[in-house]
Amino acid sequence: MAKKVVIDPITRIEGHYSIEIEVEGGRIKDAWARGDMFRGWEIILKGRDPQDAVNVTQRICGVCPVAHAMASVKALDSAFKVTPPDNGRIIRNLMAAGNLLHSHILHFYHLVALDFVDITAILEYKGNDPTMNNIKEWVKKEVSTGSKTAGAPFLPRYKGDYIKDKELNLTAINHYVKAFEIARTAQEMIAIWGGKMPHVTGIVPGGVAETVTAERIASYLYRLRKIKEFIDACYIPDVIAVAKAYPQWFKIGAGYKNLLAYGIFELNNEGTETYHIPGAFIEGKLETLDQKNIKEEVFYAKYSSPTGLHPFEGETTPDPKKPNAYTWVKAARYNTKPMEVGPLARMAITHLSGKRPEVSNLVTNTLKSLNADVSALFSVLGRHACRALELKIVAEQTEKWLLELKPGQPVNNHYEVPKESEGFGLTEAQRGALGHWIKIKDHKIERYQCVVPSTWNCGPRDDKGVRGVIEEALIGTPIADPENPIEAVRVVRSFDPCLACAIHVITPESNEVKTFRVA
Amino acid sequence: MRLTRRDFLKAAGGLGAAMLTSPFLTKVAEALEKGNKNIPVIWIQGQTDAGCSESILNTVQPTVVDIVTDIISLKFHQTVMAASGHQCIDVLHEALKSNEKFILVVEGAVPVKDDGIYCTIGEDDTGKPITFLKWVKDLGEKAMYVVALGTCATWGGIPAAEPNPTGAKPVTAIIDPKKVVNLPGCPARPHHLVGLLAHLKLFGMPELDSKRRPMVFFARLIHDNCEMRPFFEKGDFAKTFAEKKCMYLLGCKGPITYNDCPNYQWNSGLNWPIRGGSPCIGCAAESFIGSTGNGIYMRLPEAKVPGIPGLKVKADKFGTVVGAATVGGIIAHAVGRALSSKKKKEENKESKGE
Repeated sequence: MAKKVVIDPITRIEGHYSIEIEVEGGRIKDAWARGDMFRGWEIILKGRDPQDAVNVTQRICGVCPVAHAMASVKALDSAFKVTPPDNGRIIRNLMAAGNLLHSHILHFYHLVALDFVDITAILEYKGNDPTMNNIKEWVKKEVSTGSKTAGAPFLPRYKGDYIKDKELNLTAINHYVKAFEIARTAQEMIAIWGGKMPHVTGIVPGGVAETVTAERIASYLYRLRKIKEFIDACYIPDVIAVAKAYPQWFKIGAGYKNLLAYGIFELNNEGTETYHIPGAFIEGKLETLDQKNIKEEVFYAKYSSPTGLHPFEGETTPDPKKPNAYTWVKAARYNTKPMEVGPLARMAITHLSGKRPEVSNLVTNTLKSLNADVSALFSVLGRHACRALELKIVAEQTEKWLLELKPGQPVNNHYEVPKESEGFGLTEAQRGALGHWIKIKDHKIERYQCVVPSTWNCGPRDDKGVRGVIEEALIGTPIADPENPIEAVRVVRSFDPCLACAIHVITPESNEVKTFRVA
Repeated sequence: MRLTRRDFLKAAGGLGAAMLTSPFLTKVAEALEKGNKNIPVIWIQGQTDAGCSESILNTVQPTVVDIVTDIISLKFHQTVMAASGHQCIDVLHEALKSNEKFILVVEGAVPVKDDGIYCTIGEDDTGKPITFLKWVKDLGEKAMYVVALGTCATWGGIPAAEPNPTGAKPVTAIIDPKKVVNLPGCPARPHHLVGLLAHLKLFGMPELDSKRRPMVFFARLIHDNCEMRPFFEKGDFAKTFAEKKCMYLLGCKGPITYNDCPNYQWNSGLNWPIRGGSPCIGCAAESFIGSTGNGIYMRLPEAKVPGIPGLKVKADKFGTVVGAATVGGIIAHAVGRALSSKKKKEENKESKGE
């Protein structure tokens, strides 16, 4: 008997995305990942003032706008031949740090936690916290209505092996609530320098628009320390508690084990040195990054433009009815290889580079405390752990950078938009390596291409039919009940995808394909 | 624990004392004491970056939890809900079948080219993807009210910017505008949505302007209440970012953008773009991004300023200090002065950068 199960859409991610999975003998045998929404940013940017790109590209993603602003402004800086002064560089780092703090915490608590935490445990709450009691009363009332959607948006959910430890569930629910405040606080840290958030106006070519005052430094520091407390007291202990409750998830979702990182947090104004180390980890070997090795293939993507182009030559011509094509996401490749990007790639490459002893120590000690070796990082839990550890490191470094600011000193340098030029900006969004490439002609944008983290992680097969990163990571994942494929969404969400997803599960045990609805 | 009148007034106080004087909010506070049933909300996302959702999460008082437990019943929201796949699509089908009233929140533009194939959510019984266009039509028809959340849903936004590759449309182009309320802004602001939902729940449709925006939030131009306005009046203009003066010459869109940023700032009142040293980019304006020639940092058409034909509609709102006719003169004078001083500086080979 063959089964085809469709999950469409996958929720608790950003965007529109879908995956088709074949299951055999209780395990995923094959997978197809699809992006379900197209807007055409690169087409819209053509012919516009290059300066507009910083604001326009932020609107690619409301979760990681600072990362897009950074990639874009670095592309413009390089094309305009301008660099920021110290204050400008540091403030950009402070905004990028705020965006990372916001997104990782939101991802773990508000996007991922409901795959592990049993929200109904709130009914057993006996404490005095008014918010917890408020939620408890609300759930009680909701459940009593008997409505099909009672308890929405937290119910219904897949049947699955949720956490059974009552205290752990209650702690996690409490932190789920608290994390809203923490995420908002991180957004405020960005707004202090960026004017507003989501979507800052304060990142400009040559630096930033906000000035340095002691009051702003103090305002940022107060919030940073509050978040640091949360990371140490809640986030890291919660990730470790989930890891201890689900040790088998250190062995699920490995993928290709090829990693790519561009580096982030500039330590000099030329941007040649970053705190996170750039590099490409291919088949067990760490190589120096060279952006010339990046190509995008489109045989399976819904574009009629040529395949195998470097982003400087990139084209984006939509063709929704193209035969064979199953996604709006292109297949990004580095030296023809599919590469995983994200916190796992950043932490592993920085660790392996040996250049940041505090990163290496933290990674090694955490693995030791979990009785796991480095290979455990290539897994669902490995990705969550790297995200949490990265946040601890970044919060610590950010405090140092903050105190390097100098009130009264300039925050930007003068620039002119050149008649003709080109440039690129490489950085890291929360979910991985992000690059923007620009070509300018007659003071206007002639060509603009973005290769986003989800192009790497969520993309389809390449021209040779080699699977994309999430497609490969799904292979071998056990599916206990194809009608409640909670395991598949755990793998997908561990990548923090930045597009809305749908998953299709096919179980071929004969030539016949029977369609089942996933309830 | 329900939201009480006292809680609400405290919350409104957090938004700024000015709001407390609004009769609208006092009425909301009174009505909250009646303890109405939470109103079901279905929130769907099309051509969006989820920035509006992220923005709403920045709400301070009431908190996100207060909103979900006390004001609305959030039946569907892809970024928040536990359910995946058909489990969550069934919620939408259920809403179409049931007689229960609900508010539809649409975040993002609606692509209509090629029958809407550029954005799909879920599949039908035959495995064919269901377009966002169809969801907006079907759910919109059934909904009691529709909130077009953000600039993309209100005007079409960047997806609809030239050359509009996917035929992106605003919500009012898809469903009967009479039930739609527009909340433009990129992103939309937390107190706008929370205030609107509370109003719809307690009193029905609020007072709207001709573009279906609530008057309580969109009656005034940014320029009317801008803290840099005294610099504008004096003709003292910033020539680079971070100068903290009137940014008219840097392309500020405050004079054509209706929003309440100067009154309530952003992110718990910490900052807002103009205070932050950059011009307003007009993210709530109908012309945001728009045509290729419409640059973010491009000065509002200089030629039009003296007689203000381009700004004529807004001229009467330029402030109570001066009348429309004099404002034209002042702008022309001020801009002229700034430009000539800039020219002089350049002649003296002084750097105009920071």
